[in-house]
Amino acid sequence: MKKKNIASKIFVALLILFLYMPIAVLIFYSFNDGKTTVWKGFTFKWYIELFKDNAIMQSLYNTLIIAVLASVFATILGTMAAIGISNFKGFKRTAIQNASNIPIVNPEIVTGVSFMLMFTLLGVALNFEMGFWTVLLAHISFCTPYVILSVMPRIKRMDSHIYEAALDLGCNQWQAFTKIVIHEIMPGIFSGFLLSFTYSLDDFVITYFTRGSKFQTLPIQIYTMTHRRISPKINALSALLFITILAILIAINIKDRKAAKAKGLE
Amino acid sequence: MKSKKLSIPYLIWMVVFTLIPLATIIFYAFTNKQGNFSFEPFQNAFFYSDVFVRSIWIALVSCLICIILAYPMAYIMSRCKERTQNLFVMLITIPMWMNFLLRIYAWVILLQNNGPIDTALSILGINANLMGNAGTVVLGMVYEFLPFMILPIYTVMSKIDNRLIEAAQDLGSNSVQIFKKVVFPLSIPGIISGITMVFVPSASTFLVAQYLGGTDNIMIGDVIDKIFWTDQNTGSAISLILMVAILIFLVLMNFFGDEEAIS
Repeated sequence: MKKKNIASKIFVALLILFLYMPIAVLIFYSFNDGKTTVWKGFTFKWYIELFKDNAIMQSLYNTLIIAVLASVFATILGTMAAIGISNFKGFKRTAIQNASNIPIVNPEIVTGVSFMLMFTLLGVALNFEMGFWTVLLAHISFCTPYVILSVMPRIKRMDSHIYEAALDLGCNQWQAFTKIVIHEIMPGIFSGFLLSFTYSLDDFVITYFTRGSKFQTLPIQIYTMTHRRISPKINALSALLFITILAILIAINIKDRKAAKAKGLE
Repeated sequence: MKSKKLSIPYLIWMVVFTLIPLATIIFYAFTNKQGNFSFEPFQNAFFYSDVFVRSIWIALVSCLICIILAYPMAYIMSRCKERTQNLFVMLITIPMWMNFLLRIYAWVILLQNNGPIDTALSILGINANLMGNAGTVVLGMVYEFLPFMILPIYTVMSKIDNRLIEAAQDLGSNSVQIFKKVVFPLSIPGIISGITMVFVPSASTFLVAQYLGGTDNIMIGDVIDKIFWTDQNTGSAISLILMVAILIFLVLMNFFGDEEAIS
C-alpha cells in the first residue's frame, strides 16, 4: 500500500511538472538579457518595452472592448432567447436548440471560415471591409449559445408558481418578470456572461478569420509575435498574463470558499 | 413569461450568423470558380486525403495518450481530501486559461535547436532533432488538451457514491475487482466526454502542427487556413468534409454514451 502511495505521488508530481514547466520556462526567459535561449543576465527591459509598444497596448484595448461588448450583448440576446425557447415544445424546440448548438459543436476553424466567406461576400455587396464590426458580430454569435446553455437549466428549475403568485399579489407582467424571473435565473445569466467574456478574450481562431487586415486583438498580436519570433517581449507578456490569470482564479476560489462557509453556517 | 416572442431576435440572429454562413460553405463546396454546380472542389479536396488521414491519426494518438495520463490522475484526485481535490482542480485549470498559442510557443522555446532540452541532450552526447516530427505535434496536442480529459473523468469519479465501493468491499471484492466492476464502469461517461473534448479540437486545430511539426506534418486545419485565402471552393469542400466527419464522430460518441448510461 505504501509503495503504491509513493508511486502515485511521483506520478502526480510529474504530471503537474509537465503542465507547468513550459510556462515556467517562458516566464524565465522574460528576464533574459539576450534574444535567444542563451542566458545573458537578468533584466526587466522586455517588460518596459512591452508597455512602450503601442501596437500591443492598442490590441489589449481592442480585446477588452470586444470582450465587454460581445459578452454584454450575448448575455442579453441569450437570456431572452433562453426564456423564449423554453416556451417551445417538442420538435420545434429540439430543432431550435440543435441549430443553436452548431457554433459549439462545429470545429472552430469551420465557423471561422464560414464567417469569412459570408463577410467577404457581404463586403463586396455592401462595400465594407472586415474589421472591428465583423469581429464583434462573430464574437456575439459564438458567445450567445453558451449563455443559452447556462441560463436554460435555471429556467427549467424555476417554480413557475412564484411568477403566478407575483401576478396575483398585484405585480404587473413587467414587474413580475424583472423581480421574479430575472432574479431566479440570475446565477445562470452571470455564469453565461463570464463564459462569454473569457471565450471572447481568449479567442484566436474566429478573430483570425474575421478581422480583415488591420484590426488587432491580443491573441492576434500573440500570433504575429510567436510566428515571427521577434522579441522576448512575448515572454514578458506571457508572464503578466499568467500572473493575472493566477490572481483571478485565486480570488474566485477564496470567494467560493467563503460562500461555502457562509452556507455551512446558515 | 409564456412569451415565445423573446426568442425572435436570437432566431433571426441565428439564421443570419449561423445558418447562412454554413449554407454559403455548402454552396461554395458544390460550385466551381465560375459559380456553376460542380464536384470539382471535392475532387481537389481528395488531393489532401493523406493530410486527413494524418490529422485523424495524430488526434487519435493524442487522445489515447491523454486518456492514459488523465485516468490515473483523475482517480488519484478523486481519492484525495476535498481541499486537496479543489487545489488540484485549480492547478489543472490554470494552464487552460493561457492562450493556446503561448502554450505551444513555450514548447517551441523548450525544444528548438540550441534550446534548453537540446543543449542538455547534446551535453549528454545525444544529438536529436526534437522539432519537426509528428511526435512533437502529438506532444503539443497532449499538452494542449490534457486538462480537457482530466476534468470530465475526475468530475464523474468524484461523484461515485462511496457506499457503492463499501458495499462491494462488504460483499468480498478486492481492490482490483472493485475497480473493474464499480469504478471503471461508472467512469465511462467521463471518458466519453473527455474523448469528444480532446478529439474534436485536436483533429481540427491549426497552427500547432505548423509551430511544432514543420511543413511535413501539417494537419487539415492548416490546409483549410492556407487554401481559403486563394481557393475558397476547395477550402469549403474540405471544411464541409471535416464538419460532417466530426458530426458523425459526435453522434457515434453520443450513442455510446447513452448506451452506457442505460445498461
